[in-house]
Amino acid sequence: MKALAARRHHPMALLVILLLALVATGGLYAALQPQTAQAEAYTQEDIDAGEALFLANCATCHGRNAEGLVDSEGDTLGPSLIGVGAAAVDFQVGTGRMPMQQSGAQASRKPPQMNEEQTSQLAAYVASLGPGPAIPADEWLDTSKGDATKGGEIFRINCAMCHNAAGAGGALTRGKYAPAVIGLEPKHVYEAMETGPQNMPVFNDNNLSSSDKRDVITYLEKLEENGSPGGISLGSLGPVTEGLYAWTIILSLLLGCAVWLGAKAK
Amino acid sequence: MTTTTPSTRKQTSDAEGSSRAYKLGAVGGDWLDQRVAGGGLVKFMARKIFPDHWSFMFGEVALYSFVILLISGVFLTMFFDPSMEEVIYSGPYEPLQGLMMSRAFESTLEISFEVTGGLLFRQMHHWSALVFMVAIFVHMFRVFFTGAFRKPRELNWIVGFSLMVLGMVAGFSGYSLPDDVLSGNGLRVIDGLMKAVPVVGTYLSMLLFGGEFPGTAVIPRLFTVHILLVPAMILGLIAIHMVLLVLHKHTQYPGPGRTERNVVGFPVFPVYAAKAGGFFFLVFGIITFISATTSINAVWNYGPYDPSPVSAGSQPDWYMLWTDGGLRLIPGWESTIFGYVLSWNILIPMVIYGLLLGVLALYPFLEAWVTGDDRERHVNDLPYNAPVRTGLGVAWIMTYLILALAATNDIIAVALQLSINDLTWALRIAFFVVPVLSFYITKRLCLSIQRHKREKALHGEESSRIVRTETGDMIEIHTPLSEFDRWVLVQHDDYRPLSAGKGVSSLRAKATSFFFKDRISPVTPSELREALEHSGHEKHVIDELTGGDYRTPAEKTQH
Repeated sequence: MKALAARRHHPMALLVILLLALVATGGLYAALQPQTAQAEAYTQEDIDAGEALFLANCATCHGRNAEGLVDSEGDTLGPSLIGVGAAAVDFQVGTGRMPMQQSGAQASRKPPQMNEEQTSQLAAYVASLGPGPAIPADEWLDTSKGDATKGGEIFRINCAMCHNAAGAGGALTRGKYAPAVIGLEPKHVYEAMETGPQNMPVFNDNNLSSSDKRDVITYLEKLEENGSPGGISLGSLGPVTEGLYAWTIILSLLLGCAVWLGAKAK
Repeated sequence: MTTTTPSTRKQTSDAEGSSRAYKLGAVGGDWLDQRVAGGGLVKFMARKIFPDHWSFMFGEVALYSFVILLISGVFLTMFFDPSMEEVIYSGPYEPLQGLMMSRAFESTLEISFEVTGGLLFRQMHHWSALVFMVAIFVHMFRVFFTGAFRKPRELNWIVGFSLMVLGMVAGFSGYSLPDDVLSGNGLRVIDGLMKAVPVVGTYLSMLLFGGEFPGTAVIPRLFTVHILLVPAMILGLIAIHMVLLVLHKHTQYPGPGRTERNVVGFPVFPVYAAKAGGFFFLVFGIITFISATTSINAVWNYGPYDPSPVSAGSQPDWYMLWTDGGLRLIPGWESTIFGYVLSWNILIPMVIYGLLLGVLALYPFLEAWVTGDDRERHVNDLPYNAPVRTGLGVAWIMTYLILALAATNDIIAVALQLSINDLTWALRIAFFVVPVLSFYITKRLCLSIQRHKREKALHGEESSRIVRTETGDMIEIHTPLSEFDRWVLVQHDDYRPLSAGKGVSSLRAKATSFFFKDRISPVTPSELREALEHSGHEKHVIDELTGGDYRTPAEKTQH
């Protein structure tokens, strides 16, 4: 320590301290920053294979370099994919939304067109274009660590206004809609919150931390597990389907009885 | 049926038993009669005659579902705690454990998940509320379209109308009690409606909520309204409704032997006592079956009330949908006068709702003024014999329906993959166009049916068998109607448009012209005589040609 103390007036001391401080800050940041780091490392072969798939399936709308395309009237054909990250690709391609079946208000879910390997290769290619949210680590998808009650509160405040309190989905403007969110893969729910696909707002880690997202996933899983304790759920759409049920099924049963009782005496 | 048992031994023992029971009953009845003097009344009621028709039974359904509401409601009050005191949930429903909620919501969860049979009773209460309102509406439609509201039943129509409005109040106050997000949203709409009233709006809101929305007073207050005030009023009005029903006697559909001075049907005892009793159990059974199998108002999904969230698919129960529809259809019009905002987007729909209800309540008086008919009417109209009334009724229903559909625009948009904006515009246009169109279409349909029935009364049923005479004339063979069948086709009233003057105001002249200018005049006796003579002549010609055998040559070779 004495040697260190003796050299504290050395001209290089300031530089050394500055360097140490920088390393410490950077190192701490790297260690403590929210975990969005790549869950799996992509190889160059993945990226190349992904690019080939991209050119064959996606470039028509998104452009040859994923820079996005605009048609002659100035409407977006496909947005730029630079910086959307692997999570966005995994969600859109993994749920079959992309490649899009037809243009319209919104890409709807369909059986995936790419298998898991191809999806991963596409994700690798898009991730290589610029930094963006990565596919979530398994830790954040483990619902045994989640808090359903807190997730429920977050869901009611942030999600239910579009997706319905029971997760049954709902309408948005101009033919767009919020899909039902029950029975989905936790990974896709997480990625949707992280990347905000289509008309959905982005809930990044500053809005909802990774553990908050895990709580939401846990709540949705609990909703699915609990099912409908009262019997047939009628789509969990609330009073409208209940009223329709009363005017159709129940009224016909009553009508049947009335006709029967009215006819007997003849 | 039991009195004609052939077995003699059994008969004697039965007779002994029944005569003993009869004596006992007579002694008991006599004892009671000497003290309460009810024998005459029971006899009177037992001999009361009711006509038989399925469409007369929906008032009964409403009554029975109200009884089920009372029974299930009593059960629920034993476990429900109408308190807005905040508690932390620790019951069995996992996704809500540890959450702050009102005692009202917690006790609703207790009823649903902990009280034995609680969820079944909750669902029975809610389903029977929906059925109560459905039955009231169907019953009202029947009364309206058959003209059963005419003298002397105008007041009973008003009583029935008030029951419908009270049913809406009862439903809404009950819907608000569990204090979940959906019911809180409903209260927020009521708060907004009240605050939109010029000058006194905020005072009204403060008065109901005991301060700022939502406060801590509204649930106990609505509880009193829901379990005491409104049910008592409904019971009282039902009593008046029934007394008037007995007083006026039941209406009947036209038919031979049915006049304005009699009722053709079966007595209460034993026929209707059995039928009505059985029907009660059928309604009870259907509601219980539905409640045991079908979920309604899953409050645990909505979560405890918090003024910030509003879920997609937030709607009131079906009978309140129409009040939400106008709010969804009207553009966001408002204006500022002396620094005060006038919310036309709320005031105009409220005026429209008032008009729709007002027209419904006062229609019997309107029609009585137009027809000037002061006779007692106990024989119902067939709807096609009153084309303008039927058209107006259908137009009212369409207006109501479009408002109700507008309140479900988000669900329709998703279900049919439509743009909610376009759908809203379509419904805005439909609100003005569809009632007018449906009025004219219904009226024309009624007139066509009348023309068809007129033809049928005059010439009988077409047999689709045509005879060709030697001169090449074609004559269709008509099967004449029986006197009984013809009666129904010729018995209805004929009103004519009046011209102004001689005590008839020009307004009334115009009204009668609107109602009756397109009338199809009913068959007159001389027309009928002429038609019968003509068909007699025709039959003579046909019989001469065919020898009375109306079979076709092909049919003849078959036999």
